[in-house]
Amino acid sequence: MSFLNFFKGFVVTFRKLNHASQSGKVVTTSYPEEKRNKPARLHGRHVLNKYEDGMEKCIGCELCASVCPANCIYVRGADNDPETPTSPGERYGYIYEINYLRCIHCDLCVEACPTQAITETKLFEFSFMNREQAIYTKDELVVADDGKPVHLPWEDWRPGEDQHTSEWMRATSPSGSADYVGQIQWAGELGYGIREPESGQHLQEESEPLQSEGTQ
Amino acid sequence: MILGGLDPLFLGDAGTFEMLLIVILKVLVAFSLLLVSVMLYIWWMRKFIGAMQNRIGPSRAGPFGILQTLADGIKLFFKEDLIPNKSDRFVFKLAPFFSIVPALLVFCVVPVAGDFSGDGDGTVTWFGNETFVQVADPHIGILFVLAMSSIAVYGIMLAGWSSGSKYPLLGSVRASAQMVSYEAALGLALVAVLLKTGTLSTHDIALQQSNGIPDWGLVVTGFVPFFIFFIATTAELNSPPFDLVEAEQELVGGFHTEYSSIRFALFFMAEFMNVITMSAVMVTLFFGGPGGYYPNFGPAWLWGLFWFAGKVFVFVSVFVWMRGTLPRPRYDQLMDLGWKVLIPLALGWVLLLATLDVFDDRGHGGWLTQIFVVLICVAVIIFFAALLNSAIIKGQRRRDRDGEEAFG
Repeated sequence: MSFLNFFKGFVVTFRKLNHASQSGKVVTTSYPEEKRNKPARLHGRHVLNKYEDGMEKCIGCELCASVCPANCIYVRGADNDPETPTSPGERYGYIYEINYLRCIHCDLCVEACPTQAITETKLFEFSFMNREQAIYTKDELVVADDGKPVHLPWEDWRPGEDQHTSEWMRATSPSGSADYVGQIQWAGELGYGIREPESGQHLQEESEPLQSEGTQ
Repeated sequence: MILGGLDPLFLGDAGTFEMLLIVILKVLVAFSLLLVSVMLYIWWMRKFIGAMQNRIGPSRAGPFGILQTLADGIKLFFKEDLIPNKSDRFVFKLAPFFSIVPALLVFCVVPVAGDFSGDGDGTVTWFGNETFVQVADPHIGILFVLAMSSIAVYGIMLAGWSSGSKYPLLGSVRASAQMVSYEAALGLALVAVLLKTGTLSTHDIALQQSNGIPDWGLVVTGFVPFFIFFIATTAELNSPPFDLVEAEQELVGGFHTEYSSIRFALFFMAEFMNVITMSAVMVTLFFGGPGGYYPNFGPAWLWGLFWFAGKVFVFVSVFVWMRGTLPRPRYDQLMDLGWKVLIPLALGWVLLLATLDVFDDRGHGGWLTQIFVVLICVAVIIFFAALLNSAIIKGQRRRDRDGEEAFG
């Protein structure tokens, strides 16, 4: 009877009240207190990586700036001082600025970079008080002495969220060709050494249950 | 049972200071009780719907988010109050009050508490004065509820008209048509109760049901009027699934599209307040009001309040459940339900009850005659239902044929 079908809807919504059951599972995340796991290839803010000996990877070639569709990167290269070089090559990035009011996090700069100097972290939770803060210079972008991104006062991170700084580069390099899956084509990083190749995507991971505060 | 009629407070001497005090106290308590319960209802509604939609609902303001409504209210108070250029400014400002004042007034005639245990007469003694636990018990009683719900139509109609904008106007046209057509079914369902109780006073209606469930209006009137009343009330309240008045997909916000700030808040407060008051009215008419099981300890009127609040809570929860479950019908389906189902059914049921009553009065009250009467009535109902149905089908066919002729 179609009349009884009318009441089936009431049963459906009533079952949802039981949060212990599968269909009634609560999907809300109480955001600032607990965070969802971020997708493996999330595009957050950038970092400028260093080699394991502490040298900067950036060579000031400006490929990132020229490929940037939002025109948000400004780079000027300069010759290395032979006595105390900043990077292993001839030149280094003398000025490096990214304007986060313009950046669209497309990661084209990461793909363009010949030395894997610029990669993206998963940190995206930052709010600026003024426009100056939105322009990240080398002080903010270059990783600290332990190889981890600099924690700025207006950025919200939990411990562990700064671990994965070069996932996207490792996933696509070189040229995203499937032939190179599992082959290491990149240099070591300060603090991490040579990173493992990304092990492909797991659908299972995506639908993992929520984890509470600070876990990654 | 003593059927008093008027509040015994006013039957004695001319006004004393205590009487004035009691009246003012009752008004203040009813007013604040209603506002607080609206606040709690909105919170409960959001929590309950949230739970049905795999969410957690408001959780930030206060414990369990219970102060969320207060926070929303404060926010709305401080928002900019916009009045559109093309609006009729006076009517635009007036309309929200046409909504909120009737919503507040309806609650005045509802018996909230008192000794309705079957032996009691529903009165309490405060400061040496016997009185009812309701703000007023006028002779017109339940008709006042109908009158106020009719006036609430003006609030919505004037709001839509005075906005000087097309969507509010469409919304208010829908609102007035919907509320006027469902008011008929509402009134007819009410007539069934009035036939059985023989009084308009809400206090007396509640008192007559205080002997237990077999005396409840629900049973006495034979269930059907309650369901008609319930559906008609939902439509009258513009509460989902009959919220075509503010159908977001079609009309932006309906009649309150142009409203902002506290005027908007008043409309919403009136809407949710009406859910509570109409639940209270339904409890009074069909579910024995404050009647229930009265243990021997504690003041009896407090138990009345307990039962009343419990029943109202169940009803508002059912409204929320419906809100979270049912999709909105099309406008013609709404009108069909009102005019072709509810009104004939309510009318037929009133005739049935009246016939049984008349046979009772003439001394033919035996069960054999009653069954006979019911059988005749059922035959008549089937005959007229078939007539109505064939008329509907004929009309539909004619429309289809006309359409074919017009469009090939």
